[in-house]
Amino acid sequence: MEYYLSLFVRAVFIENMALVFFLGMCTFIAVSKKIETAIGLGIAVVVVQTITVPVNNLVYGFLLADGALAWAGYPEVDLSFLGYLSYIGLIAAMVQILEMFLDKYVPALYNSLGVFLPLITVNCAILGGSIFMVNRSYNFTESVVYGVGSGVGWAIAIVVLAGIREKMKYSDVPEGLRGLGITFITVGLMSLGFLSFGGISL
Amino acid sequence: MSNVKEILLNPIFNNNPIGLQILGICSALAVTTQMSVAAVMCIALTVVCAFSNFFISLIRARIPSSIRIIVQMTIIASLVIVVDQILGAVAYDISKQLTVFVGLIITNCIVMGRAEAFAMQNPPGLSFLDGLGNGLGYSAVLMSVAAIREFFGSGSLFGIQVMPLVTEGGWYTPMGLMLLAPSAFFIIGLLIWALRVWKKEQVEAPEYEIGQHTALSHS
Repeated sequence: MEYYLSLFVRAVFIENMALVFFLGMCTFIAVSKKIETAIGLGIAVVVVQTITVPVNNLVYGFLLADGALAWAGYPEVDLSFLGYLSYIGLIAAMVQILEMFLDKYVPALYNSLGVFLPLITVNCAILGGSIFMVNRSYNFTESVVYGVGSGVGWAIAIVVLAGIREKMKYSDVPEGLRGLGITFITVGLMSLGFLSFGGISL
Repeated sequence: MSNVKEILLNPIFNNNPIGLQILGICSALAVTTQMSVAAVMCIALTVVCAFSNFFISLIRARIPSSIRIIVQMTIIASLVIVVDQILGAVAYDISKQLTVFVGLIITNCIVMGRAEAFAMQNPPGLSFLDGLGNGLGYSAVLMSVAAIREFFGSGSLFGIQVMPLVTEGGWYTPMGLMLLAPSAFFIIGLLIWALRVWKKEQVEAPEYEIGQHTALSHS
């Protein structure tokens, strides 16, 4: 239990997807102007990440890894080179299924997430999570914890940035630095703050 | 002829994918602690971007628009797998240092963005050049960030020691911060500032204008 807790904390803070690994930056910068939209996108990322990382873990473990097809009678087949293609296909499919499911059964949530769900397919944090999971050879339980943790970490980062940017609207920024430039410098300062979590030993 | 030149050169300064279009920043930051690693990443991205544009443009008339994203994604992912396998075979050490970021070219918005915005409407030759141009625009930013980070962070360029380090009997104390994540954000922010001071038309309109002091505006 303690091990999983430390894995979770590490995924949320020490190895924060957005601020330490720079993943999902495009949406991170583009959709962080308002707190409400940032929260919506954050929740969507957590949900999708929690589903796709463990599912990709199963796909890798039972279909792609070296010798994984032994159950089907092909122990010598190694399909791991097809990894990227299957992960991205699976993510796209998952997002699509999730969208249809929410539309049918939880229309309230669907309407609030609506715009962001399709965007998530091309969010590098999602694909990055799956690739990290494979590279670090997590087992199924670890991949569930890692999926939730990395999603939550990303969501925290975007909500905090949106909060700062809402305040920053009222400040007088030099002309060339306006918009994109000052946002990068703000994110840099946030990243500096998150670096301090690196000192925690778990 | 000038059209060709424009398509190739425009993305480098006038319409830079990172500086202006906010595309593909993810990898721009993560792989820039060493110039040699950044250079490999640039080549990989430029190749994928140029060829994905070329192939998508070749079959653009045959892609049904409802599933075009999946088709584009498949072409891009296949190209990335090819690049990844080649890197693993030819430059194993560097491909280890790039870790997940070669795979993440798939979701790099520059590649998808150009496929969607340019390759779907233009002939293969021009699309190839557009992909090449955008790849070079990305490379220009990536290489300058990498040069700054490596120069100040470890006193070297492309792994060749330029400023002798204190630890090796020289005079330069390396700035450790330059090798950490935050410096990449600061450098990109400052680069965008510099680019916009030079190219005034790229400055964003303020969202909120601060009013004049009432006492001053009356006088």
